[in-house]
Amino acid sequence: MKATCWMGPKKMEVTNVPDPRILSDGDCIVRVTSTAICGSDLHLYNAFMPGLEPGDILGHEFMGEVVEVGRNVKNIAVGDRVVVPFPIACGHCGACTAGLFSLCENSNPNAWMAEKLMGQSPAGIFGYTHLLGGFAGGQAEYARVPFADVGPLKVPEELSDDQVLFLSDILPTGYMGAEMCGIKPGDTVAVWGCGPVGQFAIASAYLLGAERVIGIDRFRYRLDMARQSAGAITINYEEVDSVPDVLKDLTAGRGPDHCIDAAGMEGHSHGLFYMHDRVKQMMRMQPDRPIALREAILSCANGGTVSVIGVYGGLIDKFPMNAVMNRSLTIRTGQCHVHRYMKPLLQRIRKGEIDPTFVITHRLRLEDAARGYSMFNNKEDNCEKVILSA
Amino acid sequence: MGTSFDTGTNTIRRTERDLGTAIAPAVRPRPETTTRYQRLADEDRGTGGESLADFLGFFSIGLGLSQALMPGLLARVVGIDHADERNRTVMRLMGMREISHGLALLSNQQPEKAAWSRVAGDALDLAMLGGVLANPENKRGRTLFATANVLAVTALDVMCAKQLSKQPDTVAHKYADRGIIHTRRAITIARPVNEVYSFWRNFENLPRFMRHLESVTVLGDRRSHWKARSPVGKSVEWDAEITEDRANELIGWRSLAGADVFNAGTVSFDAAPGGRGTEVRVDLQYDPPFGKLGSKVAMLVREEPGQQVQDDLRHLKQVMETGEIVVSDATKQRGPHPAKPDAEPVTL
Repeated sequence: MKATCWMGPKKMEVTNVPDPRILSDGDCIVRVTSTAICGSDLHLYNAFMPGLEPGDILGHEFMGEVVEVGRNVKNIAVGDRVVVPFPIACGHCGACTAGLFSLCENSNPNAWMAEKLMGQSPAGIFGYTHLLGGFAGGQAEYARVPFADVGPLKVPEELSDDQVLFLSDILPTGYMGAEMCGIKPGDTVAVWGCGPVGQFAIASAYLLGAERVIGIDRFRYRLDMARQSAGAITINYEEVDSVPDVLKDLTAGRGPDHCIDAAGMEGHSHGLFYMHDRVKQMMRMQPDRPIALREAILSCANGGTVSVIGVYGGLIDKFPMNAVMNRSLTIRTGQCHVHRYMKPLLQRIRKGEIDPTFVITHRLRLEDAARGYSMFNNKEDNCEKVILSA
Repeated sequence: MGTSFDTGTNTIRRTERDLGTAIAPAVRPRPETTTRYQRLADEDRGTGGESLADFLGFFSIGLGLSQALMPGLLARVVGIDHADERNRTVMRLMGMREISHGLALLSNQQPEKAAWSRVAGDALDLAMLGGVLANPENKRGRTLFATANVLAVTALDVMCAKQLSKQPDTVAHKYADRGIIHTRRAITIARPVNEVYSFWRNFENLPRFMRHLESVTVLGDRRSHWKARSPVGKSVEWDAEITEDRANELIGWRSLAGADVFNAGTVSFDAAPGGRGTEVRVDLQYDPPFGKLGSKVAMLVREEPGQQVQDDLRHLKQVMETGEIVVSDATKQRGPHPAKPDAEPVTL
């Protein structure tokens, strides 16, 4: 089969690899009909995440048709059309029982590696480094899905791939980012990063009752999308002197009640802190540039919430803990517990409360994945979200 | 001169016996719970110097090897610039000494003595560097730089030796001096205690989740025959007997005389608080094939006993909770491997 392999920094290749096979009785094999490149795949593309090896198949947003099931699989059958959540979850352990699917205690066979770096291991993730399991990803013609009874969600025929594909990651991730804020009527929410996840965080904040949502980015096309499609008030951080000052102005001195970091480890800014972070990252002294996170903390209203859904890969410094502690901020974060949100969000899509297709800007064939990566990474041609179809 | 803060007879002296209680009886934990967990915490005590000792051990061997193999280069590094065969011989000898310090530290038998011997070695090094300084033919700058480095390492050595000298009175240390490895690992499994206990008590189940076990044959009520692969791939066998068996609580075993690898241990099963299932604790002692030193080398390729026990426990959890051992395309290989689907069958 054809699969998108990471061959080195900024080097993607679609090559022929052996087809995946059923390895456990609970597995299924999915023939991928649609898959997408995620913003977090760019951290892999740029080699900022530890534990990636040349030849690894990437991709954790995919859907398709079930073509084979293991002996013990009961909930899905050959021929079903399914969307696959990006975290792999067993459905039985303490974390899964508590609904914390991205913390499944059993799905990362390389848990020992993650424990060395993070203390404990989160769940395994498709195509997202050996640290998180070394599972082959879904930017391929076929993918093996472990725990097929727990993850894959059957989707109705009347909905197109475009409408449901993002249930695999970015829609639930954006939604969880907003949900973790505990939005109350009258609240103002600020979102750093207007990539696809940021767009969905903006839309979800409105779905959950926010009064005003402010989107922050530096690309005009992204800000236009946030304003027109998702209803945000937008700030271009390259055109203002200080984002926290603008936010203070917009909220009459209070600061946003909730701040969502949908940018993560490769944030941009101007000024000395940014240069310092950039140099450290290039020298491999620090994998992350936590610019958005710092700004979110400093901007947030007293007693407010900082919700982190952007991905971080290592240690960070110059973290304003004094602001967090003295101003009673709450930090909430996590890889999305996708399984928890798929059904309710599918209902919202069916009822027309949200149409996730608005983020799609490019459609490519799987063979052209490498071009998709470079386009998305370099923000060429106003690229917001790339869909690959097999 | 007396103040109200004077430490006189009026001061309340609190001893262990009369610390008093600060918590209402209704919310006080049951003593039997806290005693058991306090004992576990006490047994986990080390000297706090172990990881530094490992680092210094590997450092010693590295430095020693370069001194023994490249004496000329090392001599130039410390500032000796004239060709003199005697210097090289001395450098080689010092290298051998470094290697022996390293091996002694890593072998972990009386590690505090090994650490103090490194301090003595540092003193010798410093004395010799003093000699080098006195010779005007040498490069003073380089020698002073080398001296500064040795002083820094000496500080680390003294710190390490002082830490290691605080030997706590724990089982692990009693075993350590005899070259026996003692390791304890635990995991929580979301299944009832009786289920986990019964699964383990049927020893023939053990190879299902213990990677190094090939088979266990139950020979009778208390005796069984075990076959395992050692880290170097050799097959080892032994007979074992059950030393203790308390249903849904604890199983103890030990290998019998004539075993290829002496081993003994217990596995205990406790109900985890709040309905979280079962806390499984393995306490294992064994005499590794190449002693403590062998296990330190094995540690470099992730065959360290504690890690092995942890992996096995994780597999037990997976089998009990999900009915399978979770694999990705990469876990079919030993160590990291590109996640390309592979034609080879899975063996775990």
